[in-house]
Amino acid sequence: MAYSKELLDHYENPKNVGSLDKASEDVGTGLVGAPACGDVMKLQIKVNDAGIIEDAKFKTFGCGSAIASSSLVTEWVKGKKIDEANSIKNTEIATHLALPPVKIHCSVLAEDAIKAAIEDYKKKNKK
Amino acid sequence: MNNINNIYLDYQATTPVDKRVIDKMLPYFGEIYGNPHSRNHSFGWEAEQAVEVARENVANIIGANPKEIIFTSGATESNNLAIKGLADFYGDKKNHIITCVTEHKCVLESCRLLSERGFEVTYLQVNKDGLIDLKDLESKINDKTLLVSIMGVHNEIGVIQPLKEIGDICRKNSVFFHTDCAQAIGKIKINVDEMNIDLLSISGHKIYAPKGVGALYVRRKPRVRISAMMSGGGQERGMRSGTLSPALCVGLGEACRICADEIDEESKRITKLKNILLEGIHGECDDIFINGSETDRVPGNINLSFAYVEGESLMMGIKNLAVSSGSACTSASLEPSYVLKALGVSEELAHTSLRIGIGRYTSEKDVRDAVKVIVNEVKRLRSLSPLWEMAQEGVDISKIKWASH
Repeated sequence: MAYSKELLDHYENPKNVGSLDKASEDVGTGLVGAPACGDVMKLQIKVNDAGIIEDAKFKTFGCGSAIASSSLVTEWVKGKKIDEANSIKNTEIATHLALPPVKIHCSVLAEDAIKAAIEDYKKKNKK
Repeated sequence: MNNINNIYLDYQATTPVDKRVIDKMLPYFGEIYGNPHSRNHSFGWEAEQAVEVARENVANIIGANPKEIIFTSGATESNNLAIKGLADFYGDKKNHIITCVTEHKCVLESCRLLSERGFEVTYLQVNKDGLIDLKDLESKINDKTLLVSIMGVHNEIGVIQPLKEIGDICRKNSVFFHTDCAQAIGKIKINVDEMNIDLLSISGHKIYAPKGVGALYVRRKPRVRISAMMSGGGQERGMRSGTLSPALCVGLGEACRICADEIDEESKRITKLKNILLEGIHGECDDIFINGSETDRVPGNINLSFAYVEGESLMMGIKNLAVSSGSACTSASLEPSYVLKALGVSEELAHTSLRIGIGRYTSEKDVRDAVKVIVNEVKRLRSLSPLWEMAQEGVDISKIKWASH
């Protein structure tokens, strides 16, 4: 299977690997997927008072496409308002990385991960 | 780590042809071109003689008589011919077949086809070592049982089934015993009489002969009858019509001769390389498990699960190493291997497995380079893995309620 240059670059040099303090009020954590399915993504966002995502980190257990999808999505959400980040579509990720059809679920998972992280943040910060 | 050359570590998928085998074959593509079945001129006799020498070499490696060897296109054909041919010949008297859940697809598919035609098929389970339970086998035999088909050495996990014990049970109960020995020839010693084997499949390209040739052993005393799959000139004692390729037969024969001559030496060398590989990896990384029995296995097949690292991403990272992924993610299906599942390997671990195959042309440097590449990549991917992070924090991953997708 030939992968795109973008995908290989995110796989070989993933951006924003790491963890934020999940107990912190300004951090939202999304953990999606399941080990038995071969994909688990943990995606975290740090949101400032203006509702802008200042930082994002991820860790992923999964194939190269899953790693690349989560790396890409952390790059995209940084600097975005949470509502903007919430509207990122899996198709945009899949197109950008030129994911082959059998790997589309990786982009779906990345979309789910960002949505789960935003939901977690909102739950923590109900006003 | 990208400065190493490509290293072939997939000897269960196929093997390169031994130079000595090629040399023996070459004349039969050129100056010796007779049809080995032409009985009335020297061109035919010359080709026939080469085929018969090859037949003898194939027979020798399993302790058989040359007349009991039928040349085929490979182990898939041999397995089909053995199972379907036997079923066709004896099916009106006995219609029960026993095989095992971890058999090769060509055996399982042949059995499935027969089950559609009224045969009863029993699929034996395996234990966590990948081996069948002999008592279980014996208890499943009934007076309708025609055949037991169990492979010698497993293609995916390399474990060795107790062929002699299975053969004894079959003989005692007057049941035919077929064994797919594609991965066993040249790796373990086989004697069809001592092991009471009635039918045995051989593949050329797993033993340094070319692709496209194999053999089936069919016992003569007591006689085993099979119906032919193809109609034709009645070659190969009527069991497999079609003109033989002398070049391919010679190649298989020479490969068998070399395997028989060098089995002890080769096993010793490969065992040493396997130990270097395992010690190298275990020395640097924890939580790496071998799939299948640690003792009843051939040294050249190392099937490992690298916990917390997904197999396909690992393969992508070690792209200079030609290995095979146990999680069938590389194919369109995202299901982990049915073999590892049958062993009771958890789906999590099945997704993290790699099969590393060592063979005749693997050097110590190849293995040491492979260790470096694998260790490096496992460490890198674990640093990316949320599961590894949780394990380090003491979180029990099996207790988390995951949403499956």
